Amino acid sequence: MKRALSPAETPQVGRSLPRLESWLKVTGRAEYVHNLRLPGMLYGRIFRSSVAHGRIRRLDVSAAQAVGGVHRVVSAADLKGIVPDPYYGPAFHDQPVLAVDKVRYVGEPVAVVLAADPHVAEEAAHLIVAEYEELPAVYDELEAMTSKAIVHDALKPAGTFPDLKHLKGRTGTNVALDFHLRRGDAAQALAAADRVFEHRFRTQQVMHTPLEPLVSVAESTDSSLTIHTASQSPSFVRIEVARLLGWPENRIRVRVPFLGGGFGAKLYIKLEALVAVLSLLTRRAVKISLTMEEQFFTITKHASSFRIKSGVTRDGRICARECEVWWNGGAYADIGPRVTQKSGFTAAGPYDIEHVAIDSYALYTNLPPAGALRGFGIPQLVWAYECHTDMMARELGIDPIEFRRRNLLRDGRPQATGTLMRDAAIEKVLDRLAVLLEWNRPFDRGTGVVRRGRGIAIGFKACVSPTTSLAAVNVNGDGSCIVYCSTVDMGQGSDTAMAQIAGEVLHLPAETVRVVHSDTDVTPYDMATLGSRSLFHMGNAVKLAAEDALKKLNQLKSELQMPPDAAIPEIFKKKYGMQAGNVVGTGSFIPSYAPPDYATGLTSDATPFWMVGGSGVEIEVDTETGRVRVARLVNVADVGTPINPKIVETQLSGAAIMQLGFTLFEKMLFDEHGQLRNASLAEYKIPGFLDMPEEIINEAVSAEQRSGPFGAKGVGETGTFGVSPAIANAIHDAVGVRLTVLPLNPESIFMELQKAK
Amino acid sequence: MRRSIQFRLNGEAVSAQVAPHETLVEVLQDAFGLFGARESCGQGLCGCCTVVVNGRAVSGCLYLASFAEGGEVSTIEAGSRLDAVQEAFIECGSLQCGFCTPGFILMTRQLLEEHPEPDDDTIRHYLSGNLCRCAAYPQIIEAVKLAARKMRQT
Ligand code: FES
Ligand code: FES
Repeated sequence: MKRALSPAETPQVGRSLPRLESWLKVTGRAEYVHNLRLPGMLYGRIFRSSVAHGRIRRLDVSAAQAVGGVHRVVSAADLKGIVPDPYYGPAFHDQPVLAVDKVRYVGEPVAVVLAADPHVAEEAAHLIVAEYEELPAVYDELEAMTSKAIVHDALKPAGTFPDLKHLKGRTGTNVALDFHLRRGDAAQALAAADRVFEHRFRTQQVMHTPLEPLVSVAESTDSSLTIHTASQSPSFVRIEVARLLGWPENRIRVRVPFLGGGFGAKLYIKLEALVAVLSLLTRRAVKISLTMEEQFFTITKHASSFRIKSGVTRDGRICARECEVWWNGGAYADIGPRVTQKSGFTAAGPYDIEHVAIDSYALYTNLPPAGALRGFGIPQLVWAYECHTDMMARELGIDPIEFRRRNLLRDGRPQATGTLMRDAAIEKVLDRLAVLLEWNRPFDRGTGVVRRGRGIAIGFKACVSPTTSLAAVNVNGDGSCIVYCSTVDMGQGSDTAMAQIAGEVLHLPAETVRVVHSDTDVTPYDMATLGSRSLFHMGNAVKLAAEDALKKLNQLKSELQMPPDAAIPEIFKKKYGMQAGNVVGTGSFIPSYAPPDYATGLTSDATPFWMVGGSGVEIEVDTETGRVRVARLVNVADVGTPINPKIVETQLSGAAIMQLGFTLFEKMLFDEHGQLRNASLAEYKIPGFLDMPEEIINEAVSAEQRSGPFGAKGVGETGTFGVSPAIANAIHDAVGVRLTVLPLNPESIFMELQKAK
Repeated sequence: MRRSIQFRLNGEAVSAQVAPHETLVEVLQDAFGLFGARESCGQGLCGCCTVVVNGRAVSGCLYLASFAEGGEVSTIEAGSRLDAVQEAFIECGSLQCGFCTPGFILMTRQLLEEHPEPDDDTIRHYLSGNLCRCAAYPQIIEAVKLAARKMRQT
């Protein structure tokens, strides 16, 4: 899909251009909200709940208020005049700006101390006293299904999503969404199958830990509000804050510079509603910067349980599959119900299975809320179905790659929803994995204390749908170009990709294209930077906007009777009598979509594109300590045709290494009172240099997403899919024990080895 | 309780009013508008706050500003041209969100002073006190080696 350009021009798409903002980042000059200080600004320090579920009986802020330098202490009671109904959230309006009457997890914000000196605010926050009447709490997602402990008295769906409407007002339940898919008759097919396998798997709660912790600043006048925030979804922030305040959107401005990492932690509303009301209350600028510790009390990744059951024919074909998935959403729904449905419908894996039944449940519990984390639930699902696949292959005595190959979901075949697979290079990814791992060569498993093993896994994801992106491309009098879009560059390189796309259309070097960062006063609407959707959706919108600008320039040329090769400044000179003015092209993109049938979950158009990723590993297991060393990690993906191959490679590699942490050691540890015990990088370890595999290979297979901009699609999450099950499969290959609960830390491997003795 | 301290900052003599509990990162940000050293973990575990004091990299989130009195403080903002390490980080794509990048660059400079031709193992161990959640580690190793080559050539 390379366009015909004049020979002097280099195509912009396909260039491994360094990120446009590289200079800013290597000199410490990149703009982050972290850096922002405004005149007269107050710092807010949050006082948090110490019980997992309880009624607030008394809140005494007098000692805090009396500390010299404290401007004000604010709790829910103070917000009433500004926000009559202070509950927000993308799926449910369930999360209070500050706890109202009740707290639902340890660490929930209850009050805020405001002071010009952050140390004073911190000191004073320690002096707040709260008394609670404790209520029964529930922490486990399976128990939450039937528990007497109910997290929310009544469910309050936001109304945005049609499939949540029926839950409105429901009482006595912790189920925030139950999604069901029925394709064929799984029960009957299971009964008729030659072999039936059933396994259960679990994943643990983990946290994104972006190195720039969550931070927001608000400033206000009588009629306007500006929020500077480290957010992945500025458009949503504006809409939601406008709704809370009852204001028109044009009085609220949301600005987002670079993010110091996001990974899903900075989506929807986090601190924005809080700083907004604090600023309106005090008429001062207010900043809240969370500490690393506080991030763990803000948003996390779902712990999950998965029961999977498959029927297999004598010749190794999977004929039926039943999946039951329970998502531990914590105390507030955040985007959990979307994870439950949008990822839930892929729970049967990238296999061609005639009879499928899926039940996927979003559950409230008394833990910190869970949302999206680099994969939107997919890594939890792949963990289960790819361990299951390997267990079956080994039981059946079929090579794991061969077994997968027999069952792969090929292009043109219907996925479980009934949507036909298109541009999903599942087979290619599997083939390349086998080649890169030299799967057919004999493999030395060792004999002594250290045993070796290898494993693979492959997963897929449907990009969330339907979502909208708008963009504008401005061509100035001198021919230079500015892209306006609300995609947030949190390190994934979106600025660079958008500049390459606009540059490609307008025949400009990408380095010369300027991309304006999200500012809702300036940049048009975008659903959010999430779920690997931006390159596809915003990329298409930017491409359309650039084409629109080009069309307008060409129209001008013909109106002015100028030759087709006339330089842009000449057009403006002729039109306006001087080199001035601009041409603005606009583009909007929303893919086609058909909502799933409520009863069966079936739909002919579930997603605009499929992402495919697989990993293979070679590992060593120390049988005396249970320690795993990853010698080789191979990640292969279908990302369509990369816009920037180098950035694509670093996205695959970064995602896979992040998933390595979630696989081998990261875990939030709670005590029996729901108190988190390891909320700091001292006790919650994330991958560092010494955790790196000896060798990492990343490969994007040659592929094309025909509906994507210049054949491309998203890549941010793909590298995470296969890592966890590949390692569990390799552990089994090495030492013959099967782990079904993440993380695969030395302790759990050692215990399994002991049991097996 | 504040007192005035003098030190040299990126080659220039400066003074600042500091409170006893204030860290070097706070003073660099609040008094000098330098944001390249930034707090993340706040516990000396990630290296985002790296500052060079008297020729040695320190964790600016733990290092009290008062200790810089009379000393030589240097940050990522020093100098007006990119050095070999910064160039190499750009060329190898060793940065994503960039929040950790200044810390890695300052540590890499110190690494290359001590080990002009480091092997992978030396690099991993030397930089193991810096964390990158975007996990640009493989590209950082490449950049360290490229920078070493660039420095040998000049
Ligand atoms: S912020 Fe200083 S080491 Fe992490
Ligand atoms: S580049 Fe994001 S933390 Fe290192």
